[in-house]
Amino acid sequence: MDDTRLEGFIGNLLRAGVLLAAAVVLAGGVFYLAQNYATPVAFRHFALEGRSLRSLVGIVQLAMHGSSLGIIQLGLLLLIATPVARVGLAVAGFYLERDRLYVGISLIVLTVLLFSLIDGH
Amino acid sequence: MTAITFTLFVSAISALAGFLGALTGLGGGVIVVPVLTLALGVDIKYAIGASLVSVIATSSGAAAAYVKEGYSNIRIGMLLEIATTIGAVVGAYLAGFTSTHIIAIIFGLVLLQSAYQSLVSSSGIADNLVNSDKLAQKLRLGSNYPLHGTRQEYGMQNVPTGFGLMFGAGALSGLLGIGSGAVKVIAMDRAMKIPFKVSATTSNFMIGVTAAASAGVYLSRGYIDPRVAMPVMLGVLAGAFLGTRVLVHAPVRLLRIVFGLVIAVLAIEMIVSGMTGKV
Repeated sequence: MDDTRLEGFIGNLLRAGVLLAAAVVLAGGVFYLAQNYATPVAFRHFALEGRSLRSLVGIVQLAMHGSSLGIIQLGLLLLIATPVARVGLAVAGFYLERDRLYVGISLIVLTVLLFSLIDGH
Repeated sequence: MTAITFTLFVSAISALAGFLGALTGLGGGVIVVPVLTLALGVDIKYAIGASLVSVIATSSGAAAAYVKEGYSNIRIGMLLEIATTIGAVVGAYLAGFTSTHIIAIIFGLVLLQSAYQSLVSSSGIADNLVNSDKLAQKLRLGSNYPLHGTRQEYGMQNVPTGFGLMFGAGALSGLLGIGSGAVKVIAMDRAMKIPFKVSATTSNFMIGVTAAASAGVYLSRGYIDPRVAMPVMLGVLAGAFLGTRVLVHAPVRLLRIVFGLVIAVLAIEMIVSGMTGKV
């Protein structure tokens, strides 16, 4: 493993993650519009939605039950997970390069990311 | 407005924003947020939530190409991401305690800076090439990048200053739901003396990770509404994809001037709306 190969892996991971996320969001979006195209919408005032669209577990449950908004939200979660997976891959890559300094640095970044995702749920 | 009208209108605006953002290198977020809030009256919290999501999409999409070309430096990116992610979490928390008027005014000021940057193009200046100072050597940050058919070695300096500026870039990103690529490039290009092309592509690479750090906080706060984020993310992504395809043939100078003027008008509107309490 060297930096060039690692960069190649990371590039492919990023592209795959974005495409997958976009496909899921698009599917959920089409589904949502098919059911609700004529529903009036306004986002003038911020109103806190139910917990289910705001938590990891809630989103997965909604999507499994076929809720269109849940599917869109699941796609957005996949998108958010893509850079996180990238950092995880960098940890593994630097480990294979036996670069302890950068394993440590990547682990710090990964910890901050996981903290921000898990905190608040 | 019905759901279908809203979705189609927001998709079209977002596609245009993504297209112009890719051509000018400023990203789509700076234009999506003011248009959603000023033209459609969308609450700024939903607007920054949707923008943040689109920032992750475009950054990751573009980074995939840059990483393969060998311009971006993953070590610098990873080291500085410690600062940007912590900054982003702090910024996202602050967004919850800051009144929307203040957020609108800060957003307007950032837009003014982007407008200035777009109008006073910095292209054409020579790349930095320096030797690494002691700390940069210790962290093994120096690398090489493709230049005139060979690989040019480069070093860097002032890592602590760059690190501090990156914390600020992250906080701004978390507070406003934008990529704040401009601040990241300044930190690397001006403060750390990294070659411009490496700074720009590494900045793009870092934007997604920075935004992911505040996305968790945004999600649990309910800022990411699927009905707003869906058309924004898909629109910006499609526009940015198209933008990178036509980049070679586009009249970039003219576009930068038009884009700069549009952003300047939006900036003033944001500031006025924030001060009069309309946003």
